[in-house]
Amino acid sequence: MTFEWIQIPYSLMTLLIVIIYAFFMTALIAKIGARAGRRYGIRIHQNFLDLFKNYSLRSSITHGYMFYLAPVFRLTGGIGLLLFVPTIYGSQMFSNLSFAGDLILALYFIFFGTLGMALGAAESGHPYAAIGISRGLSQVTMAELPFALSVFAIAVQYQTLSVTDIVAAQQGGFMNWTVFTNPLAVTAAMMSFLGTMMRSPFDLHLAPQEIPIGPPTEYHSSYLALMQTNRNLFPVAKVVIYMNLFFGGATNWPVFFLKVFLIYLFSAFVGVVFPRFRVEQSIRWFMVWAVPVGIAAILLV
Amino acid sequence: MKEELQKRTVKGPDGFEFEVDPLNDYYCSEAPKAHPPAYAKIVESFFNWARSESIWILGFGTGCGAIEMRPLMTPRFDAYRFGVQWRPTPRQANLFIISGYLSVKTLKRAIRSYEQMQNPKYVLGLGSCTINGGMYWDSYNTIKKLDDYMPVDLFVAGCMPRPEALLASFEELKKVIKAGKAEGANAYAENFDWYKANQKKVIKDWDMPDYNW
Repeated sequence: MTFEWIQIPYSLMTLLIVIIYAFFMTALIAKIGARAGRRYGIRIHQNFLDLFKNYSLRSSITHGYMFYLAPVFRLTGGIGLLLFVPTIYGSQMFSNLSFAGDLILALYFIFFGTLGMALGAAESGHPYAAIGISRGLSQVTMAELPFALSVFAIAVQYQTLSVTDIVAAQQGGFMNWTVFTNPLAVTAAMMSFLGTMMRSPFDLHLAPQEIPIGPPTEYHSSYLALMQTNRNLFPVAKVVIYMNLFFGGATNWPVFFLKVFLIYLFSAFVGVVFPRFRVEQSIRWFMVWAVPVGIAAILLV
Repeated sequence: MKEELQKRTVKGPDGFEFEVDPLNDYYCSEAPKAHPPAYAKIVESFFNWARSESIWILGFGTGCGAIEMRPLMTPRFDAYRFGVQWRPTPRQANLFIISGYLSVKTLKRAIRSYEQMQNPKYVLGLGSCTINGGMYWDSYNTIKKLDDYMPVDLFVAGCMPRPEALLASFEELKKVIKAGKAEGANAYAENFDWYKANQKKVIKDWDMPDYNW
């Protein structure tokens, strides 16, 4: 696909739609989680209020350059992940900046924000931030492994590294989706999905009951507002990858909204049912259950 | 001054010697600055609305009243539906609930936490002990008027007030914030010397910098 300037405003429009959707959807998921606990839950527009509130704080302090840059890195990870894969398949407007080798780039972007966060959290000097980031990094690293294996498996299956081509191969009925043509790879990837969604049982690094807040302990005001934006955007961007790779992509916005919501809901359901793992338990869980499935997916493809 | 806060020379594991001055290295000595409302009235009203509808409480229970805050997170009272939530770190919190009596030892921690919160910040005195000492009025080790030590936006009387009273107080606080009258952080910065003098009067073992940002 050749680059045209009109893609830039189109991509910004995608970003706007997805961010607004992400804020409402995250609140809806939080409400569903609250209903499971028999609470009423937050208001549907609460995420926007929190965001405006954090932008409106008058003072903020800094701990150094990386402290400034970490939220920016984090948001770059989320936006980059979203913009380098096609959001709506077959639409010139919402294909964003996807190109031939974007699958590898997406794998990189998933990790990018976490690394930026590690640098910023280390500079903030708070012990909880350091503990949280060491736990979070080890868990995300482990969770990435089955996902990487499954991505390689489907790259071999479809003989391409382009997300657009992978989506194209899955068109024409739901039986063509990767989830039915290569269930092992999807199983491994969905296990890894749980590990990176920052929900129970894999939320040890920031659960308030374990170490208060974790890596962003020192973050406040507009730094936190940036990170909140990413906190809502990034999971949706990640779900878009999953939707494109495994669940046939989306050809229009309503299908996109529904699929993203359902895939996201999967992690929320697991989250309200299962209690939290300690970090060595979660790593062992990935080693024992997810990685072998990923290896089997590669061997059998 | 405690020994660990003294200026000293430390030898690292690689044999490198360096000087550590905890009070200057770990804290900022700068006094707080007042941040008056900076934007046009309509923007400031919008921000006040956002601030009032998204109240993040510092999860720091100073006295027996802290037990009244727990039920608010549970299905019975569920404060989250009013935009209220708890943050375990002062950096992200906007509302500091002094829940009941405040011993001098806890006052020290309360001041440190309060000063680390970002402007605008609000203080809610929960229970009679924060108003006039309550049943601890002749105690040798608790403060009597919270307002002397940090600017309080709202008092909730009672011993102890029920969780319903706390919910009602959140609604009252929202009205105060929306009216633009919750400028406690600026009042603290403007009358910094007076507050510090009061604090130092009761805290005998003052071993922290004057301001903890």
